[in-house]
Amino acid sequence: MSSDTRPATPMSRQIAEHRSLLDRALGLPKFILVVLSVALIGFVICQILIGYLVVSGQLDGKWYDVRDFGNAMVSLTDAINRSQMDSRIVSTLTYLIPALLGATGIVSVVGGWLLIGPWAERRLLAKFQIRQGPNRTGPFGLLQSLADALKLMQKEIIIPRGADRFLYFVPPIAVFIPAILGWAPIPWSPKMSYADLDVGVLFVIAISSLGVLAVFMAGWASNNHYSLLGAMRTIAMMISYEIPISVSLLAVVLLTGSTKLSEIVMWQSEQGVWLIMLIPFAALAFLFASTAEINRTPNDIGEAESEIVAGFYTEYSGMKAGLFMAVELGNAILVGALMSTFFLGGYTFFGLETWIPGYLILATKIGLVYFLFVWIRATLPRFRLDQLMGFAWKFLIPVSIVLMFLTAIESSILVRWDVPSFLSLGLIALVNITAAVGLTFVWMRVLFRDNDLSAPPTPILTRKMGGLQAAKVLRG
Amino acid sequence: MDSPGIVIAFYMMAGLVLGSGTLVFLARNLLHALAFLVISFLSMAGLFLTLSADFIAMAQILIYAGSISVLMVFAVMLTPLASRDNGNTIYVLPGLLAAGGIATFVGFLALDTSWSGPATDFTTTIDLIGNLLLGKYVLAFEIASVLLLFALVGAIMLVQTSSSDHEEGEGG
Repeated sequence: MSSDTRPATPMSRQIAEHRSLLDRALGLPKFILVVLSVALIGFVICQILIGYLVVSGQLDGKWYDVRDFGNAMVSLTDAINRSQMDSRIVSTLTYLIPALLGATGIVSVVGGWLLIGPWAERRLLAKFQIRQGPNRTGPFGLLQSLADALKLMQKEIIIPRGADRFLYFVPPIAVFIPAILGWAPIPWSPKMSYADLDVGVLFVIAISSLGVLAVFMAGWASNNHYSLLGAMRTIAMMISYEIPISVSLLAVVLLTGSTKLSEIVMWQSEQGVWLIMLIPFAALAFLFASTAEINRTPNDIGEAESEIVAGFYTEYSGMKAGLFMAVELGNAILVGALMSTFFLGGYTFFGLETWIPGYLILATKIGLVYFLFVWIRATLPRFRLDQLMGFAWKFLIPVSIVLMFLTAIESSILVRWDVPSFLSLGLIALVNITAAVGLTFVWMRVLFRDNDLSAPPTPILTRKMGGLQAAKVLRG
Repeated sequence: MDSPGIVIAFYMMAGLVLGSGTLVFLARNLLHALAFLVISFLSMAGLFLTLSADFIAMAQILIYAGSISVLMVFAVMLTPLASRDNGNTIYVLPGLLAAGGIATFVGFLALDTSWSGPATDFTTTIDLIGNLLLGKYVLAFEIASVLLLFALVGAIMLVQTSSSDHEEGEGG
């Protein structure tokens, strides 16, 4: 083989020495293996016990049913309602206690993720690039994010001269509000949802459109041309990619017939199918467009490290910059949760949710989507800005609108046609996949019919303002 | 309106609407005024929520706070620096007249309406609105969508490159 004759490089030696996880596990000391196997057996026994409790029906709906923390809340509010108190106090308490506890839950989920997330992402990226990653601070480098946060807090906050003081201080806080609010309608279990809104899908779209203004304020108030340019790029991208997100969510609403997130999950659970199987193009469009919306590779135009320093938050330092980075991390799992809820069956897994707590299933799905994000970041190069906008406006939006119409026709047939659901849903999946592939192929042929890549046309406004012309004149 | 929570929410939201609305015309810097305007839009959405109008509230956030404010931000940013002062404008008198007229109109309406109707429980509105939009009021809905289509086509026409322009650009 040719690879044997090639001289060994440090990289190839590292690859050759890289041991698999199973090898390393078997190479551990004896007593650790014994402890691990005992723990495994104990885990299995616990699972069997839980399974017995579940099957015998002793758990269902009791406050100590850990599969759904919502049960405890329902019991608590029932107890308050039954007590002999003034009706005003009762209504205040039944409103305040679930609100405060739920808000604490959401904030601690996001906050806990901010401690684990950066570590997980950096370790995974290191694995993809055959490096070690952070492994100095604490066991396996687990305290790295804490150390980073402490470092960021100690840093001096530098306010650029001529910055708009008021607008400069608002954005780091303002970008956090949608990142927290977006968690409200997500169902974690049948009764575990902070605010199961009737207009859940609309709420998600509305909340995701709020981040644009904070980005603009940050770029504008910094009194820096590069910040403003970065903000402009980000805003152009976010506004363009809101449309494919809305259209793909519209396809979800058309099929499930509800804008309530818990009912969307229940529909998928009842039909025994995930929506990504029925409308794969909408799911992929949602995933891709959300990476643009939250500034992740391959669409991280907002803070492209190699092109513009840090985009719209170039002039922010210390914990203010840290807050922007934290919001990006928090948004990544928010998108993971939305993706799982809309397209991957939410907290259900084909009946497994009666055995395992639903929130654990949802958390696993969120983790898998996040892993996909990290994988994409380690694998794919970045889009150029004009390619990104062209992809949104010329490809994603027309194709997803056409496929959305197809979904509308299918769903109106589905409610009138009385056949077994596996047959009709299978037919829908087949038609949708064929249409998505065929339409992509045809549309690409139309778009690149007479495309001369060597001489891309310049936009008319750019030319009238004399950008390229002026450069050519200067060059002579 | 029995529960104290909703009363507190109403007064908070009303205070925010009025406070930020006042700050909109007190702020000298036009971009500061815009920021306060966005806060006023958002708290207006909160007021709609206390009235059990969840769809309107979401539409308010999506359209006013999410889109129209971005449009206004771009409009402000593309104006020359000198006209960005909120303080000295020739429209003070007409603006005051218009505001006074609207306030009088709404005030008379509020005094004329009988507010003693029974409080109804929260019902979902989105089904009703969807049925009405695609049933009884489908013509208005379609006209609005055609208007938006015109705007889209117009925007494309503005930035489109014709083939003659293209050659001219390449030659120079």
